Amino acid sequence: MTSNPASVVSARNLGLTFETSDGPVNALTGVNLDVAKGDFVSFIGPSGCGKTTFLRVIADLERPTAGTIAINGMTPEEARRRRAYGYVFQAPALYPWRTIEKNVALPLEIMGYPREEQKARIERTLELVNLSGFGKKYPWQLSGGMQQRASIARALAFDADLLLMDEPFGALDEIVRDHLNEQLLKLWARTDKTICFVTHSIPEAVYLSTKIVVMSPRPGRVTDIIESTLPKERPLGIRETPEFLEIAHRVREGLRAGHSYDE
Amino acid sequence: MRQETFLRDKLLPISTVIVLLIAIWYVAAVFLNAPFERDTAARAGTEIGFSDLLRNTMAQERPVLPAPHQVVAEIWDTTVNKAVTSKRSLVYHAWITLSATLLGFGIGAALGILLAIGIVHNRAMDRSLMPWVIASQTIPILAIAPMIIVVLNAIGIAGLLPKALISTYLSFFPVVVGMVKGLRSPETIQLDLMHTYNASPAQTFWKLRWPSSMPYLFTSLKVAVAISLVGAIVGELPTGAVAGLGARLLAGSYYGQTVQIWAALFMAAALAAVLVMIVGAAHGAVLKRMGAKP
Repeated sequence: MTSNPASVVSARNLGLTFETSDGPVNALTGVNLDVAKGDFVSFIGPSGCGKTTFLRVIADLERPTAGTIAINGMTPEEARRRRAYGYVFQAPALYPWRTIEKNVALPLEIMGYPREEQKARIERTLELVNLSGFGKKYPWQLSGGMQQRASIARALAFDADLLLMDEPFGALDEIVRDHLNEQLLKLWARTDKTICFVTHSIPEAVYLSTKIVVMSPRPGRVTDIIESTLPKERPLGIRETPEFLEIAHRVREGLRAGHSYDE
Repeated sequence: MRQETFLRDKLLPISTVIVLLIAIWYVAAVFLNAPFERDTAARAGTEIGFSDLLRNTMAQERPVLPAPHQVVAEIWDTTVNKAVTSKRSLVYHAWITLSATLLGFGIGAALGILLAIGIVHNRAMDRSLMPWVIASQTIPILAIAPMIIVVLNAIGIAGLLPKALISTYLSFFPVVVGMVKGLRSPETIQLDLMHTYNASPAQTFWKLRWPSSMPYLFTSLKVAVAISLVGAIVGELPTGAVAGLGARLLAGSYYGQTVQIWAALFMAAALAAVLVMIVGAAHGAVLKRMGAKP
């Protein structure tokens, strides 16, 4: 098997072993996955299943120890050097000494966009995440949900077609999370980006994704890949439909199967 | 309303302590200076009454412990009543010490920051330099100060710079330690973010490490400026006591001029307080500009 050059992300027999003082830990083993352009892929599983590690491998924040992975046909390092992706962390990681617009400008400054261009992009991306008018505020003046939206704006500010999101709404309450999920789908529809999204919430994964990757721990591996049959247009109410519940059931079954393995 | 809280929270506790200290000082002055008065009276073959004793202990020429008002009068006399260019002016001596302090502090802060940058970015420097930086502070400054003065004099460097270098020797240390900590203070997630942008080390430094280190820098600078002053005074002791607060201290102790010593001590303390307050104000201004939560 070789990686598929048409895919945005293409992993073949990917493995990653951490050397720790307690001996080697298999964070990922034998992962085979293709993410097509425009996909919304969720990675779901209990902690220690390697879902965040996989995202970090795509982002060149970790190096795999086995197998191959290609991002737009390049190695992760090449892809990172070409700024192929925007990464949204679990915490907003905004710089507290920068205003919201300056935080969004951070990647633009680093990548050397001209001033005028920076201004236009800041305005556009803040509008995308519904934060217009908050540009002059400092992060501490915003709620947790707004801060995370600002960090999404920062990841969208430059022209990366791939958005990597590591449990971006994990620390937020459910009402805010529902709202942000809805906004994220709209944003995805408007921008036509490919999104890889790590979560440990089944409803969140089913609601957002076109493809759900179910993972399980010890060793971290993929146990099931589910192609969603839900339409692209998804109101929040879709979560009560039988179709939605059926997919959620399959995800739950997949998680349970993976879990019984280590008992 | 705000004035009231200021009065209650700041002024009242501080002034209470001051009043208490002054009271203790007066009592101590009477006790410590009384033996001299009794001796004088005994030699003259007279008895001295308590009220005379009290009055005399607070007005001696060379008391063991001068009374607070004597010190205040000396400071007033040597600052307001003397021209600032006069060698008898405390302002003149304070300026001599201050100029060495500021030069030494400037060099020390710059050196400290540069060393910290090197230590944070270079493993070899981290391993090799840090132990020496710490070891440098175990050498008593009183021992090394005359050596520095003598060695520099031998190669023709005299005046301000040798004293300033002793200030530097003391003040670079807190800056190195504080800045190493400060430049390493960004969280992993903030550094990862820079990595995903493929930021250069220089960009990571200026856009992340440097701003992150500001609170650490100013805390270190407050300590550094205070010990810079100590360094400058210590540096004046072995120079033959020509000018500066250190010279005033030394001359005072040669001639038993305790009032002069105490006046110089208070001048040094006031100078240190003002310097620390200036750095503190700069700290506040910088943090405010960086959008810190009020």
